[in-house]
Amino acid sequence: MSRASLLFWQIAVAAIIVAAWHVASMTTLFGDPKTVRFFFSTPLDVALRIVKLFVSGEIWKHLEITLRETILAFLVGSVSGVAIGFAFAMMPRVAAVFDPYIKMANALPRVVLAPIFMLWFGLGIWSKVALGVTLVFFIVFFNVYQGVKETSPVILANARMLGMNGWQLFRHVYWPSAMSWMFSSLHSSVGFALVGAVVGEYLGASAGLGYLIHQAEGAFDVTGVFAGMVVLAVFVLLIDWVVTLIERRLLVWRPQEAQK
Amino acid sequence: MTAVDLAGVAVAFGVGESAYCAVGRADVAVSEHEFVAIVGPTGCGKSTLLNVVAGLLSPAGGQARVFGRPVAGVTREAGYLFQADALMPWKTALDNVAVALEVGGVRRAEALARGRDWLAQVGLRGFEARYPHQLSGGQRKRVAMAQMLIRDPKILLMDEPFGPLDAQTRALMGDLLLSLWSRDRKAVLFVTHDLEEAIALADRVVVMSAGPASHIVSEHVVDLPRPRDANEVRLEPRFHALQKAIWSDLRDEVMKAYSGAAAGAAS
Ligand SMILES: Nc1ncnc2c1ncn2[C@@H]1O[C@H](COP(=O)(O)OP(=O)(O)O)[C@@H](O)[C@H]1O
Ligand SMILES: [Mg+2]
Repeated sequence: MSRASLLFWQIAVAAIIVAAWHVASMTTLFGDPKTVRFFFSTPLDVALRIVKLFVSGEIWKHLEITLRETILAFLVGSVSGVAIGFAFAMMPRVAAVFDPYIKMANALPRVVLAPIFMLWFGLGIWSKVALGVTLVFFIVFFNVYQGVKETSPVILANARMLGMNGWQLFRHVYWPSAMSWMFSSLHSSVGFALVGAVVGEYLGASAGLGYLIHQAEGAFDVTGVFAGMVVLAVFVLLIDWVVTLIERRLLVWRPQEAQK
Repeated sequence: MTAVDLAGVAVAFGVGESAYCAVGRADVAVSEHEFVAIVGPTGCGKSTLLNVVAGLLSPAGGQARVFGRPVAGVTREAGYLFQADALMPWKTALDNVAVALEVGGVRRAEALARGRDWLAQVGLRGFEARYPHQLSGGQRKRVAMAQMLIRDPKILLMDEPFGPLDAQTRALMGDLLLSLWSRDRKAVLFVTHDLEEAIALADRVVVMSAGPASHIVSEHVVDLPRPRDANEVRLEPRFHALQKAIWSDLRDEVMKAYSGAAAGAAS
């Protein structure tokens, strides 16, 4: 499919959904429009609400808080994931001792931690950051751990034959290899940082997109909920796009899929 | 002086009951300036022997010496061209070559200049900024060759370096190797499964027996004149005589390896 026709179909899908939604909330085609409006609001109302959020400037504060929590959760989770993933890959005995605990911690649904984090870190941004960190850490940790352990033995042997000592092996072989594994999980780790932030806000906060949606839900303000969700979705797309740009720059050495 | 001396080297993998004796007893010597090729059926322990010389693997018995000193740790004097791709995929062709000097303490600017020069010598001018995945298999081997040679090692270990390449590329690479080698005639231990390639390149061909517990079956001096053209030399009558003589040794081992593998598969 060419780029233009792909874009056309992508927009067509959105147009059809919005059109169906509009028809359902205005005509009796899919049942009583009043009921539909109560449960789904209308596309026009949602659009107007979004415009209002931006015109009044109210939304910027929430976006900024959510973005800040996401970035902090990503940074703290990645740095600790890389450090510990590396350490465990280099020290197999330590890794073996901690293995069941890592698995246990990772199996825990993070939502149950949210109240504890609020108790420990308060209702501000840090309890949300902590929730995001528990998600990001494990993704990065497992990737880096596996990546360093599975560093190609031939590349390693070759590097040793070239005369590399321990530190040089780290710098020229282990580190780039670990980084490539971290970056290959960049999309999911950034995504989970955002999930942690929004879920944290949803469960108790005074600002942020999750808080905004939760407020609207509390007041049965369906238009507000949908407006919040649309803003959140676009926000996610934007962040994902930025991540793709960063990834392209950092992983130029990776084979790309053949260009069509 | 002997550059490489393997005296009664034995190699086993694993311990106890399940140990697998890959090499039973191998005696191979390579003089300075000598090009020795090892041929043998697949799985007989050719790569294993190179790894012993490289210091990547310690033998269970016998002794490996390099320039008279027992091998301990990685052999500094040796350059190794691996069978599989061993370039760092995250470095460009130039960086892959230059890093071999940088880790030895050469300044980066000088390492890059000499790296460029070496890439040109293996016919890769203009490919400096390519990453390994942007090069063909033959080009990657050329980069690996430059990476090995830039350190100016006294011994070259090559493990079926041209194995995965197509016939034309193999022929070209053989010629390139001969022309680079003829400048200073380093000691070479060259493993191949291709008997013709071994005769075309080497001064001496060593035939290894099928495993397990493989040993050296015979040695043949290749008395073809140098400088050689790796392709045209194949047309000479002497080449065919040598090929016939060595193949009669090698064929038995290949058959043994084949029937051994068939029996193993059947059981
Ligand atoms: N790390 C290893 N562990 C166990 N067996 C090995 C190992 N490396 C090689 N072998 C076995 O030793 C024998 C010789 O291997 P190798 O030297 O790679 O053969 P080749 O002559 O094809 O290069 C083979 O039977 C192989 O299965
Ligand atoms: Mg081999």
